[in-house]
Amino acid sequence: MPDQYSWPPPEERTYIGRRMGRVDGLAKSTGHAKYTYDYNPKGLLYGAFVRSPYAHARITSIDINAAEKMPGVKAIEIVQKQGSEVHWAGDEIVAIAAVDESALRDAVRAVKVEYEQLPHLVIDSKEPPRNLPPDTSPLSGDDLEDMFDNQVPANQMIKEIKERGISFKPEEAPLDEMPANIVAALKSAPQKPPQQKSASWYKPAAAETQGDPDAAFKAADTVISEGVYGIPVIAHCCLESHGSVSEWTDKDHLLVHASTQFISGIPGQMGDELKIPASNIRAVQENIGGGFGSKFGPDRWGIFSAKLSKKADGAPVKMMLARDEELEVAGCRPSAYARVRVAAKKDGTLTGWDSFGWGTGGPGGGGSPPIPYLIRDRLPNYRTQWTAVVNNIGPARAWRAPNHPQACLITMAALDDLAAKLGMNPLEFFNKNVDLTGPRANIFRDEFAVADDLMGWSKRWHQRGDKTAGSIKQGLGLSMHTWGGRGHQSECDLTIQPDGSVTIKMGTQDLGTGTRTAIMAVAADTLGLSPQQITLLYGDTRYPMSGGSGGSTTIGGVSSTTRRAAVDARDALFAKVAPALGSTPDQLEAVKGQVRAKGGSSKALSWKEACAKIGAVPINAHGKNLGGRDPLMNSGVGGVQMADVSVDIETGIVKINKMVAVQDCGLVVVPETAESQCYGALIMGISYALYEEKIMDPTTGLMLNPNMEFYRLAGIGDIGELVVHMMVNKYDSRGVIGLGEPPVISPGAAISNAVANAIGVRVPTLPLTPARVLAAMEESQKGAA
Amino acid sequence: MSKKDDKASSFSRREFLKISGVAASVPLIVGPTVVKIEGQEVAVHGPGAVPVKLNVNGRTFSADLEPRVTLLDALRENFDITGPKRVCDRGECGACTVLIDDRLVYSCTTLAIEAQGKQIVTAEGLGSGQPHPVQTAFVNNDAQQCGFCTPGLTVATKAFLEKHPHATDEEIAHGIGGNLCRCGTYRGIHGVVAQMTGREPKGNAGTTMVAERAAKSVKGDA
Repeated sequence: MPDQYSWPPPEERTYIGRRMGRVDGLAKSTGHAKYTYDYNPKGLLYGAFVRSPYAHARITSIDINAAEKMPGVKAIEIVQKQGSEVHWAGDEIVAIAAVDESALRDAVRAVKVEYEQLPHLVIDSKEPPRNLPPDTSPLSGDDLEDMFDNQVPANQMIKEIKERGISFKPEEAPLDEMPANIVAALKSAPQKPPQQKSASWYKPAAAETQGDPDAAFKAADTVISEGVYGIPVIAHCCLESHGSVSEWTDKDHLLVHASTQFISGIPGQMGDELKIPASNIRAVQENIGGGFGSKFGPDRWGIFSAKLSKKADGAPVKMMLARDEELEVAGCRPSAYARVRVAAKKDGTLTGWDSFGWGTGGPGGGGSPPIPYLIRDRLPNYRTQWTAVVNNIGPARAWRAPNHPQACLITMAALDDLAAKLGMNPLEFFNKNVDLTGPRANIFRDEFAVADDLMGWSKRWHQRGDKTAGSIKQGLGLSMHTWGGRGHQSECDLTIQPDGSVTIKMGTQDLGTGTRTAIMAVAADTLGLSPQQITLLYGDTRYPMSGGSGGSTTIGGVSSTTRRAAVDARDALFAKVAPALGSTPDQLEAVKGQVRAKGGSSKALSWKEACAKIGAVPINAHGKNLGGRDPLMNSGVGGVQMADVSVDIETGIVKINKMVAVQDCGLVVVPETAESQCYGALIMGISYALYEEKIMDPTTGLMLNPNMEFYRLAGIGDIGELVVHMMVNKYDSRGVIGLGEPPVISPGAAISNAVANAIGVRVPTLPLTPARVLAAMEESQKGAA
Repeated sequence: MSKKDDKASSFSRREFLKISGVAASVPLIVGPTVVKIEGQEVAVHGPGAVPVKLNVNGRTFSADLEPRVTLLDALRENFDITGPKRVCDRGECGACTVLIDDRLVYSCTTLAIEAQGKQIVTAEGLGSGQPHPVQTAFVNNDAQQCGFCTPGLTVATKAFLEKHPHATDEEIAHGIGGNLCRCGTYRGIHGVVAQMTGREPKGNAGTTMVAERAAKSVKGDA
């Protein structure tokens, strides 16, 4: 049976695709919106960790005697026992709860931990040796966990599972949390005895090859460009740090306020660790102050706030990370570097790619970015090699569009250098090769035309190296990107009461992307009401489950689910009301606060009058989307961006003049929050292109800038003029597609390319700091001399 | 508060270094101890908890606080006024911005005892009983996402606009540059300033928005 749900046609939309204002806007701007950090229940205790001062060490002794006796200390838990190996500075060793933060800090200082220091590595920008043998040892459970943590693509995981075999029984792994194809691969994998892992910092993966790259580079009439490109480890730096407040409401039941991107998933992840049924855990969150991919699990602060609370007779324990902890341990984006050779015919047709890449995601090594980006499936000849650097910089977490900004920078910068070598305008060069991007080539082509117009690219572009006099050089750069963004599984309950009031319950969360506003827009549109007439209850595991807000999956998930529930509830109401209107349910419509016969409003009841016909039992519709098969949502977007920069070649300072983002995401549900995603992504992109880097001290293994003075974020004066254009109308029929990740992918590449266009040389590694700009210019002069 | 206490509150580090010849053993009692500094008697608080009275958003709040407690922590932890956020906790990001006697301050680097006897205003008290027009403008221009930096930014923007009723882009860059946002809402804040100053919308304050652009049927878009 074909699915009977669809989006209303444009002429029938009253809220979807129209400006309505963020429904939670005033609560936030007046300071009344409450976050996990703001939750101050009665009898609150404060929790914190004793952390490792070393990047790599073994714990030789832990002495908590003095701390236990201190006034105000209510509970202490050992996190990692004597003998444990610590893999990054700041790792959690002991957890303490006390009556106030002053007592807490004193107690943390009073814990004595002794360590045996082990050799560490925190630098990853150095090119690893080339001829290391690939790791062929069977995968351990830890290896598998690392692969998931580092978001290794499924096909690569399956390949490794098949080739290397596994040293554990498949049923020991949490199979129900894994995709079916991985589970199948594990079940049929060769079983091998565990092997001692080599102590190397480097984990090379086997080369991947398509076509005949060597022949492509040797072919006549071929222009070859070579370069090294890189993007360092950066932090998430959520303004609301990671953390939780846990309290036992009785001896078996836990209430946890968590700063999380996945409220529905918190009980399942905490139950095991706390040895209570997940159904005994209630997780709650009203607002979250940023996540960007780093807040999916309960983390140690979630688990240990609960353990400390248990020890303190159930008193609520708040564990929110301090800023230095947030930057040191609560998430970093894996780095990526690559030495690239890329080849094209003299007319600009791309023919070959050859790259040797490396990067780190900390102790797990890090997944390999999809290089060459966008063109991998269709480029006739390529060879890519990847070596994961296993080091002590800290644990990686998903960072908005995992692996894509890295792959994009490396690929788009290399292609831009090749275009420069060919003397081609990059816009012409990218358009010429755009079919290599596959199914979205037409979207990119359309978007390049719009961006050209908005930036004035064709009129203003010049060959590499601004030849005008003076020290300020201006340049243009561009980039393109893609993302999936299919909605996650989601459910909700929509209730219409006989008095006309409407309630939606959904266990989702709003990261500031506008999720609440989108749910309201869909429900109001479907029921013919205004958002003010609808109550939305969310952010609580007492409501129907909804997926985690990651990978741009939320808007598809919540909008399709809301639409389904609202259509069903509306149709149930029509059935009750039809006799009174002397009509049949299929001839009714709900618009402008009325239920009326289609085509004319002579037979109409106000919403309240209509709902009075419901009787004593309210209407409840349970919405549940169809996941990947749901026709209300889709996957796969295209976006292009252009940057206009000025570079002072005397100081090396890069200034953004203007950025243009042209983005498609299918049907736009709420225009202003969709645009805000793009503006925000451009600004976040400017931040990582120019300022952000987790700077490590190779000697001590410590982060040197764990604060917001030296871990710099872009300020309001750093952004230039920003222009966003959403490709509405043309691609609406595809349904709703996620938008959070895609626009943050391209800014680094577009800005790097613009700087190269301005100063005439490539600054190989982000962020484009004055020191790096000046060094690149000096290097090129050495080469020329 | 008495003048004497005010003087103690403005006790600077430079003055502290000049303390000489005074028996500095301060007992653990509530209330100020009087010490002699260059011949003058000065009240010193702490180190134990002392009674602190603050006027916040027109209301009086009291608590016994150690002198080392910041205004931010007193507001949040003792009085449950959580609009000001703790983010960097060292005067770098502006999420804790409040007004003290109409002056913008980072409440994370102000001691609670220093703020006694003054009028403290947080985002919650910016408007009189209803949202301040700047706060409404933040919604109209969608100048917020996760919203964690927003209360500080609304306070900072309101104070900035009073000083710069005809603000230029450069003045915005400097005047609101002390408040950082991670989601990237600065473009919306340019829109807020434009709306509040009646400036001709252009550049970042312009409306290159979906509906308008769609209607214009730009090249490449149907």
